[in-house]
Amino acid sequence: MEQNKINELESVVIRFTGDSGDGMQLTGTLFSNLSAILGNEISTFPDFPSEIRAPQGTLFGVSGFQVHLGSKKIYTPGDDADVMVAMNPAALKVNVKGVKKNGVIIFDTDSFEKKDLEKANYKTDNPFEELGLSDSVQLVPVALTALTRDSLKDFDLDSKSVVRSKNMFALGLVCWLFNRPIDQAIHFLTNKFNKKQDILSANLKVLTDGYNYGNNTHLSLSTFLINKSEDTPKGKYTSINGNKATAWGLIAAAKKSGLELFLGSYPITPASDIMHELAARKDMGVKVIQAEDEIAGITTAIGASFAGALAATTTSGPGLSLKTEAIGLTVMAEIPLVIVNVMRGGPSTGLPTKTEQTDLLQALYGRNGESPAVVMAASTPASCFHYAYMASKIALEHMTPVILLTDSFIGNGASLWKLPKLADMPEIKPNYVTADIEDFNVNTRDPETKVTYWAIPGTPGFEHRNGGLEKDYKSGNISSDAVNHQLMVDTRQAKIDYISHVIPDVKIEGNKDADLLVVGWGSTYGHLISAVNNINKNGGKIALAHFNYINPLPKNTAEVFKGFKHIVVCELNNGQFASFLRTKIPGEYLQYNKVQAQPFSTAELEDHFNSLLK
Amino acid sequence: MEAIQINKEIQYTAKDFKSDQFVRWCPGCGDYAILSAMQKVMADLGVSPHETAVISGIGCSSRLPYYVNSYGFHGIHGRGAAIATGVKVANPNLTVWQISGDGDSLAIGGNHFIHSVRRNIDINVLIFNNQIYGLTKGQFSPTTKKGYSTKSSPFGTIEEPFRPGELTLGARGTFFGRLLDADIKTSQMTMLAAAKHKGTSVVECLVNCVIFFDGAHKWVAEKATREDRVIVLEHGKKMIFGKERNKGIMLDGFNLKVVTIGEDGITEDDILTHDAKNPDPTLHLKLVYMEGPDFPIALGVIRDVEAETYNDALINQIQKEQAKSTIKTFDELVESLEQWEM
Repeated sequence: MEQNKINELESVVIRFTGDSGDGMQLTGTLFSNLSAILGNEISTFPDFPSEIRAPQGTLFGVSGFQVHLGSKKIYTPGDDADVMVAMNPAALKVNVKGVKKNGVIIFDTDSFEKKDLEKANYKTDNPFEELGLSDSVQLVPVALTALTRDSLKDFDLDSKSVVRSKNMFALGLVCWLFNRPIDQAIHFLTNKFNKKQDILSANLKVLTDGYNYGNNTHLSLSTFLINKSEDTPKGKYTSINGNKATAWGLIAAAKKSGLELFLGSYPITPASDIMHELAARKDMGVKVIQAEDEIAGITTAIGASFAGALAATTTSGPGLSLKTEAIGLTVMAEIPLVIVNVMRGGPSTGLPTKTEQTDLLQALYGRNGESPAVVMAASTPASCFHYAYMASKIALEHMTPVILLTDSFIGNGASLWKLPKLADMPEIKPNYVTADIEDFNVNTRDPETKVTYWAIPGTPGFEHRNGGLEKDYKSGNISSDAVNHQLMVDTRQAKIDYISHVIPDVKIEGNKDADLLVVGWGSTYGHLISAVNNINKNGGKIALAHFNYINPLPKNTAEVFKGFKHIVVCELNNGQFASFLRTKIPGEYLQYNKVQAQPFSTAELEDHFNSLLK
Repeated sequence: MEAIQINKEIQYTAKDFKSDQFVRWCPGCGDYAILSAMQKVMADLGVSPHETAVISGIGCSSRLPYYVNSYGFHGIHGRGAAIATGVKVANPNLTVWQISGDGDSLAIGGNHFIHSVRRNIDINVLIFNNQIYGLTKGQFSPTTKKGYSTKSSPFGTIEEPFRPGELTLGARGTFFGRLLDADIKTSQMTMLAAAKHKGTSVVECLVNCVIFFDGAHKWVAEKATREDRVIVLEHGKKMIFGKERNKGIMLDGFNLKVVTIGEDGITEDDILTHDAKNPDPTLHLKLVYMEGPDFPIALGVIRDVEAETYNDALINQIQKEQAKSTIKTFDELVESLEQWEM
């Protein structure tokens, strides 16, 4: 048999697309994980509709899962796909713009019948011509449904279950195309379906047949090989999505500080997975209340914090709006609380499953009164662990609410995570009241940090009353004295400002001698650093300052900005961080903004930066 | 968790539960009587001030935590029940009191009220029901009688009021009691029973707002006629009331009726015996509904049934899962992941 040509690539992007019932999320996740185990860098991007099962074959029911594999460090799930699997014509239509020139499109010929084309609003009976694809891509027609039926003809399965297994045929085929041994896929499936032997054996049969089909018939197609990544620091890794990483960061902080973790939360897309993960961690002693609403989510957490727990609440944009009054209470009562906002497209219900950075100003300012809180943002799925940990540490040590911003893109997306050890993580030392503090009251503070002392109910001798009314600076009693109010407002601000001394400086990445500095925050890091690295590699000069700590800003921020002629602030909103920076560090800031409820692409950023560099 | 232990070693007095704060309610306000009865009950209960937490929302009554020497938290409007829930679940050793008013717990906080009752969080909820908004100066509340004129209902309200007891039972409450600010003895008895009940104990406190709705509870509170207009319910005792102790409550088909012992051949044996422990709330609901002029108002403990509390159930579930799991530490949790060397 003639040997297939093998394309060795540094990185490749694969997009699995189909109906929301076609199992594309599972297929994509399995393929990503087995690639990671084989030593690849991975970054994934699930992109799905908010409808659970939209009518089959329609454009609004299309679900996608993109994964970027690399033998070098990769930062994003990639822009356009080298290979796309399209389970139906609707998936093809929705995703066609995301395929590279000369890319490979594997499609299920059995799902491209006349009725399928009609459901996806095609006007002609040749979808490829209609989409202008005929010459620009390599089309790989595979009768996925028929081959799956044939594969399972000896199994005692109903027709629906048979058809549902076709995603495994596609997975097998893709494993062949990327020179992946299927052992690892078999291992994953065995773990997943170990309680459903009939489904397991059917899936394994179809998977193997899919692999062999590629091996035996697709001689015309070049296969791909992505070697093991040598860039990745040595160590033990797993693949983790941002929501799970956030949950685990909170658990780690609770364990390190010796406190119980309490979560008060209400289901909301795309944040619910954090609650699911924590509700499952009874072994770690996590107490979770699924509250009656968003407000009870945060106020139960406030009660738990007052009572001595590491308390957190998790939500997405609309939920953060509902929690605003309670966040103000936490500012006023000066008790620790972590508020995680997994941002989505807004305003209002907006685009619940899609990503955006449009809640920054809400997090910074969305409260009545002078109400400063700490605002942070994670930048990759795995870094959600670190920032959830640090958010807890800052909340506990500085007696303040901390709002941690993640988003749908990194919350649902996955990346490699180097496994941590609790002993290697920074100490967490809550500012507990001690017997040597004289004349303790609710407003007694550390003279340097301005942090109040935490007297946990149950501790004899420190009974006190706390709450949302203004307090007298000296006695801690309620007060509406004019001068005292000014002093208290200033003190609460000084307490937050002090935190700039304990957070790390912002780093300059890329070319430090460049004239142009790119500024970003949160989940855009991957795309921004990729664009900056590409430009520097190609002879351009450009730098990046990416922010994870937003309020307060790192203390070297103004100094860093001084070193550049031009600053362009890039974010997935209409300029919220830029406007914050103008207030804090007056100066000229260019902006690059996108509000399409999708992440940046590296290519569009490169194009824009190159145009600025001209 | 274990039932509340009466602390024999330290004898507390009401004074131990008084804070150094000047009480700022209006002179003549019914809240004073409730505060003082509560401090007496706290002393009788024998739980130390540092193991007591008093939580509130917003309103006149919600200022109460400032006046009690204990841990206290004055929250935001309507959210006292949710805050108290968090306190009890996070720190179940505390005895938690939640102080609220008819607006705080039945309007803005209605959702938290019904859900804390449904979950059966082990907290003691005192609803100060003066049938009016006091702190915002005189608007009608969810318990204001239909037709009553207030600042925000100058031509009379056009909406039906809630009955706090009916809501409590509707939310599957395990404890409901009622007291009157002017009746100190019944107030203390009812609050003590509420504190000893494991689960959400709801006590409706009929209090008088001297400024915005003076006399809201006048029909029942009037000293001269009170004994004929009030029945104090005690578990296991006959439902007898009246100045002459000759009136009683009897079943009449599916309904209740007031009868006079010694008339029409009625003897004490015909009178209902109060069973607060009956899980079936049907009769409790009828007792909640009783109002003048045909019936006396029921005070005391109307319902007091045993059921697992949320806070206990959560701890039991955690302990069960921890006993089963081989994962004991965070590092072991990390180790349990599918992982590989790179």
